[in-house]
Amino acid sequence: MSFLTLFIIVPFLTIIGILLCKNHMQVKWVSVVGMGIQLINAIILILMFLAERKGGNMEEVLFVQNNLWYETLNIHFYIGVDGVSVAMIALTSLVVFAGIFASWDIKDLPREFFTFLILLASGVFGFFISLDLFTMFLFYELAVIPMYLLIGIWGSGPRHYSAMKLTLMLMGGSALIMLGLIGIYLNSAPNGGPLTWDIIQISKETLPMDLQRFLFPFLFIGFGVLGALFPFHTWSPDGHASAPTAVSMLHAGVLMKLGGYGCYRVAVFLLPQAAHELGWIFLILATIGVIYGALGAIWQKDLKYINAYSSVSHCALVLFAILMFNQTAMNGAIMQMISHGIMTALFFALIGMIYGRTHTRYINEMGGLMKVMPFLAVAYVIAGLASLGLPGFSGFVAEMTIFVGSFQNADVFHRVATIIAASSIVVTAVYILRVVGILLLGKIRNDEYELITDAKWYDKISVVALIAGITIIGVAPLWISDMINQGLGPIMAKLLAAAPIVP
Amino acid sequence: MLIMRHELLLVAITVILLIVEIFLPNTQKRKIILPAILLMAAVTIIGFLPGESGELFGGMYQSTQLSMLMKNILNIGVLIIFIQSVDWLKQDQNKEKVSEFFLLILSTLIGMNYMISAGDFLMFYLGLELATIPIAALAAYERYKEKSAEAGVKLIFISALSSGILLYGLSMIYGTTGTMYFSDIAPLMNGAPLQVLAFIFFFSGMAFKISLVPFHLWTADVYEGAPVNVTSYLSVISKGAAVFIFTIILYTVFAKIALLWSQVLYVIIILTITLGNLFAMRQQNLKRFLAFSSIAQAGFILLGIIGQSQTGMTTVIYFVLVYIFSNLGAFGVIGIISNRTGKEKISDYDGLYRTNPKLSLVMMLALFSLAGIPPLAGFFGKFFLFTAAAKQGYYILVLIAILNTIISLYYYLLVIKAMFLNTSDQPIGQFKSDGYSRLGLLLCVAGIVVVGFTSIIYEMIFNLSFGLF
Repeated sequence: MSFLTLFIIVPFLTIIGILLCKNHMQVKWVSVVGMGIQLINAIILILMFLAERKGGNMEEVLFVQNNLWYETLNIHFYIGVDGVSVAMIALTSLVVFAGIFASWDIKDLPREFFTFLILLASGVFGFFISLDLFTMFLFYELAVIPMYLLIGIWGSGPRHYSAMKLTLMLMGGSALIMLGLIGIYLNSAPNGGPLTWDIIQISKETLPMDLQRFLFPFLFIGFGVLGALFPFHTWSPDGHASAPTAVSMLHAGVLMKLGGYGCYRVAVFLLPQAAHELGWIFLILATIGVIYGALGAIWQKDLKYINAYSSVSHCALVLFAILMFNQTAMNGAIMQMISHGIMTALFFALIGMIYGRTHTRYINEMGGLMKVMPFLAVAYVIAGLASLGLPGFSGFVAEMTIFVGSFQNADVFHRVATIIAASSIVVTAVYILRVVGILLLGKIRNDEYELITDAKWYDKISVVALIAGITIIGVAPLWISDMINQGLGPIMAKLLAAAPIVP
Repeated sequence: MLIMRHELLLVAITVILLIVEIFLPNTQKRKIILPAILLMAAVTIIGFLPGESGELFGGMYQSTQLSMLMKNILNIGVLIIFIQSVDWLKQDQNKEKVSEFFLLILSTLIGMNYMISAGDFLMFYLGLELATIPIAALAAYERYKEKSAEAGVKLIFISALSSGILLYGLSMIYGTTGTMYFSDIAPLMNGAPLQVLAFIFFFSGMAFKISLVPFHLWTADVYEGAPVNVTSYLSVISKGAAVFIFTIILYTVFAKIALLWSQVLYVIIILTITLGNLFAMRQQNLKRFLAFSSIAQAGFILLGIIGQSQTGMTTVIYFVLVYIFSNLGAFGVIGIISNRTGKEKISDYDGLYRTNPKLSLVMMLALFSLAGIPPLAGFFGKFFLFTAAAKQGYYILVLIAILNTIISLYYYLLVIKAMFLNTSDQPIGQFKSDGYSRLGLLLCVAGIVVVGFTSIIYEMIFNLSFGLF
């Protein structure tokens, strides 16, 4: 049995443990232990992975386990990781771990809350380790559906509306994906032989061009919905604003990455010719998304909306970089996913903590929080600086890599797109600094805020874990970027084979 | 005579129950419940023993491994329905006619079994009628309720009409081929105009039974009026049996005009799924709601039939099995709540999770399975249906169907929203359901969870199925 199986078994056992618990405290501690083990597993996985690579094991995917499931349909339970998925798994386990602590205050139905939260996480873990399109899709939907109850029951504001909108839009996306996957499966053996869902095997074939043209939009838009591709991003601000803290963290931090990862791993990897041919349409959409999300964030007054729009902008940047089809940009895309995942999770955690103390999320009603909650305020500034790409934090590494990579495309179209997208950095600085200025600095506007206490111990664990993540990537980006680069090898080879013109 | 094992066993237990019934005084009729369930369980288990294939009455009755499998699936469903209906049968108003419920259901089940095993249109028709008429009596079971009586009358009229249409079609087939045997008709099918007409009539007749749009108009009224357990029987077993034989006949008798019937199905599928879904969204009464949802589900089942391959037939049977568990789970919950409180509206379920968490969870699992959410069995069923249809090149059709699953998800979520998200001033009170109901729901949940993961069930069905090519 592969080490990776643990990533599915541990959440499963944790859920069983939660269901057996007698009171709230036990539920929380079981969740912490379960997800703590998961975080340790992720670290062990990274070390094992690096050791294998160092030892010269250059297999495309490592730690493979392949069990036949449905014989006649050739469905396998096939798992394995390359550098990219290892990075994504590490991100997920970190964010989930922090998320458990960020939702320490849940009073209403805690057992159900943590069950659904961990169910969601197990879907995400399963998605990142799957190499079989069917199981991958199964985990994908498993990750999306608990969201409805999580937002609907524990959310705030117009939660019923937001939950329904989010669920239907995401499931609409997954409907498109389903058709795309079935289409790929039915044509997975153009030269005869049994049909297969195996991603690695399909990637070695060249699917018929007509089919690629037909399926690529389905898959890219389908995954793009979750990756907040403009104009299918509208679920994101409403959903994130209404969701409870940990769910916003997990959703913006990890779940939206499923979209980017799916576009990368399925749409572009398996249909490279169509990606080259049709990529420009989505590149335009992604560029619009980058700038639109950033501009949208300026106008918002609600902290969660600001961050939700900023997520739209940053996630669009991921798709933007993937569509640049060169190794540097692609590397930047993965880095951006990880960087944004941690950063936005930190943001949402802090917003949740601030909201829990001030009972408002409108920036105009707050001010001078630096004086009453220095720890949270400093953490917020750090998150903000990382978000606008200050060197030393992960955001800088990621965005720098993306823009350097995309500028390597010599033609006017890509250059213009890059310039437009890069200008979003300035806009980002505007809305981040504006919030920091109003929210944290200046006078305390509401006398009640004098009594506010700073972060509790569980808040601190959550925040420190995430800041550590940002800083590690920011200070020492090379090891992770090397790991990702090796993972990118096959996809780049495939893209180059599809269209030799790319430098 | 072991070839006819399933039918004979059912006849035997029907006779036993009938005799026991005679000797029970009017106040003691309830005592028949336990023996009836035990006998049905025994029949179900015996049904799974390996049996030989063969034919009787000169080929009018054919027993194959496939038909035995279908009968077993139906048996499981009926057993669950028996278990689920105990709570309802024990009510005072039903105390004098408990045994009728079992006898009528068993006789329709015998009819369905003969229908599935038919090798000849006469036998098919005989079984079909036996499977239909007693249900009308069942629908009017609660005769003191106006709606129940109305349901019975509607069902019998519609059945008569559809049988008439079907018979007309069969007579044309006889007219053009000179035989009623499936195996003799098949090679004589050549797409002559009269045969096309015959097929259309036959199809319409069957479409009434499976309640496909535009032949669905009776469904909602009958489902709403009939007692919950009868409704579940109608929507699951009755429909499942009709789908089984419909698939077999299309794949054998009408194999030569597959091009024609796949075009007809294409249009009917789109209509059925879309209209079923759109109407389901507007329903307030849960039984009507599930009526329309089951219309839409029938449309999904046809996607497997249009696949025309071995995979296609497999997915149809597999989906019916999944559908039995999912729908019976939903109806089980509705039945329990309806018995205890008389409430059947979606808005009555507001805040149900806070008072009856287990029932809500079962309902949620059942609805998610119907909506096709992993890792529940419904997901596998739907995914495989889509794969089967896409394999035949029907990408656009599959796309329409997949988009329809989103609509269906919306209305299933409405019920889940009522149970989990909404709060209510007068929620349904806390109550403890009896052992039988719990056993019934447990079986459904086990089915919903297990059937998807255990690929062996799918493989078993696949090995017994056949396709057009």
